[in-house]
Amino acid sequence: MSHGPSATGGAAISTAAPGHAHEPYVPVFTGETKARLAALMERYPTKMASLLPALWMVQEARGWVSPEAMAEVAQELGLTAAYVKGVVTFYTMYHQHPVGKHFIQVCTTTPCHVCGAEDVVKAFLEKTGCGELGVTSPDGKYTVIEVECLGACGFATPVMVNSDFIESVTPEKVPELLKRYQ
Amino acid sequence: MGFPFKPHPRETLVLSKHFGEAEARSLDGWKARGGYRALEQALGMDPVAIQNVVKESGLRGRGGAGFPTGLKWSFMKLGDGKPHYLCCNADESEPGTFKDREIMRWTPHALIEGCAIAAHAIGAETAYIYIRGEFTEPLERMERACAEARQAGVIGRNAMGTGKRVDVWVHKGAGAYICGEETALMNSLEGKRGNPRIKPPFPAASGLFGMPTTINNVETLAAVPHILVNGGAWYKAMARPDNPKSTGTKLWSVCGNVSKPGNYEVQMGFPFKEFLYDLCGGPPRGRNFKAVIPGGSSVNIITIEEAERAVMDYEGMADVGTALGSAGCIVIDDAQSIPRQVARLARFYAHESCAQCTQCREGTAWTTRILERIVAGDGTAEDLDTLLDLAENMTGKTICVLSDSCAAPVVSGLQKFRHEFEALITRKTVHAVPTIVS
Ligand SMILES: Cc1cc2nc3c(=O)[nH]c(=O)nc-3n(C[C@H](O)[C@H](O)[C@H](O)COP(=O)(O)O)c2cc1C
Ligand code: FES
Repeated sequence: MSHGPSATGGAAISTAAPGHAHEPYVPVFTGETKARLAALMERYPTKMASLLPALWMVQEARGWVSPEAMAEVAQELGLTAAYVKGVVTFYTMYHQHPVGKHFIQVCTTTPCHVCGAEDVVKAFLEKTGCGELGVTSPDGKYTVIEVECLGACGFATPVMVNSDFIESVTPEKVPELLKRYQ
Repeated sequence: MGFPFKPHPRETLVLSKHFGEAEARSLDGWKARGGYRALEQALGMDPVAIQNVVKESGLRGRGGAGFPTGLKWSFMKLGDGKPHYLCCNADESEPGTFKDREIMRWTPHALIEGCAIAAHAIGAETAYIYIRGEFTEPLERMERACAEARQAGVIGRNAMGTGKRVDVWVHKGAGAYICGEETALMNSLEGKRGNPRIKPPFPAASGLFGMPTTINNVETLAAVPHILVNGGAWYKAMARPDNPKSTGTKLWSVCGNVSKPGNYEVQMGFPFKEFLYDLCGGPPRGRNFKAVIPGGSSVNIITIEEAERAVMDYEGMADVGTALGSAGCIVIDDAQSIPRQVARLARFYAHESCAQCTQCREGTAWTTRILERIVAGDGTAEDLDTLLDLAENMTGKTICVLSDSCAAPVVSGLQKFRHEFEALITRKTVHAVPTIVS
């Protein structure tokens, strides 16, 4: 989780929210999405157990989980918005701010680290124009972060671009790879 | 097999036999390979009889702790009138480990079958497979296979026409190593923050939704159908003749500085030296192995000399002062700095601490800060003692063992490679390595 203890902390995601500020909130759970949530709730004996899946549905639809969306989820599941926020902030995969069109996560944990993952990170920062970890590129296209072990250590360096999982990335392969994500 | 490499003749392919075969992923393909015979057999058996077969096989949990599986199942009080649950732990986040991912990618029905059998054996009608959120492909394969099995009536209200109800659902995590800890996983599944719970009560008494629950790793459950079909004695025979405590085959994920990284399946008791040099192809060209972390990042680091005389089973790894753990074997060569790698591991644990316990929250953070300082060339002579002191305070004192796991590489790294740390402090090394920014 990203609790940001005293001595270390996770990558800070840029808080710049390009132009989302004052548009009226459009609910996520209507029509087909609402029906999907209802079907999902059948699987569990409590409503609360659908919270992680519901948040995933929000992120799929909107690209991030806004405070308004947290309130909507809370209402759907009979929880408080504060409770939902408490859960959202525990998990690293829910975006609490809008991110670039392509969200790039590069594994740099030890097994990948010994295989040169740091150079892969550098290549991404350079070729995307992001320059810094957690900062969205000026064109709004990319955000690059380091991520802990992606569970594919034999295929160093694994990279996730949005929900695509790409194995064995080397610095040389980065420009070609980025062409697929414009 | 050494997937993605061709299987080595010295491997014993049970779980990985169909890795790489796309047809094995479908229900028909799985049935054509003998799939769901074990489930059919199991649904006609008394739950206790299934538990006994698994007990006889000697199968132990593959998630890290190596707890005997049949014994764990027998803790579930059958007929107590409460709903029982099975959780399958597919959070696979222990650095170095990537075996469950291949099981789910290539043989999703093997896992569903194992879940359904285990559910029946513990008196549960519902099993949840909790998969880490980053595993997008395994998630999709498991979802698809579950839907297919449900549609065909293999699982569901009337599993295989036996009148028994066995539901298997996939649940997607959202990025948190700690959710692999069994009680944190249960909290997460319930829609809570993934904080581990104080034990007791143990899950068999009060687990998921406060009900009796069994939790098993993906590989543990995937082995169960083979044991039912071939018998406990067959499984038990795959062991060292002088060590009946570790039985069956084991998938080893091999990564780091090694010629052929991948997953390898060998029988318990396999010689580690032959494994590293023959099966995995030895070190990269022009380099030598220096150290190995054989069981995922939470176990002690051993030197290559220790590794070369080790035997690959639970006891064999304990004999050289480490553990089999999750069998995520991280190999480190002589081009690497041990302090730097230990610092990176500490950072992992600091990032992943759920922050409930002070010893863990502060201990992992300070350990990281001190190690990174040493690596940057700013360490002091007292730092090494401070690290050991911190490690002492992080071991055996917290709700779960994440904190202990952070201390393990620090203490063992310092024990075995102290000269590398000292060299950095006295600045004898020329390459002062920059810290990682993350
Ligand atoms: C911090 C922590 C992380 C863990 N991560 C995993 C994991 O990713 N997968 C897993 O199967 N077990 C993991 N475990 C072990 C589980 O708590 C539990 O022992 C295991 O799932 C039981 O299954 P088994 O008996 O089949 O091994 C972890 C334990 C701890 C303390
Ligand atoms: S360390 Fe990079 S995937 Fe495991």
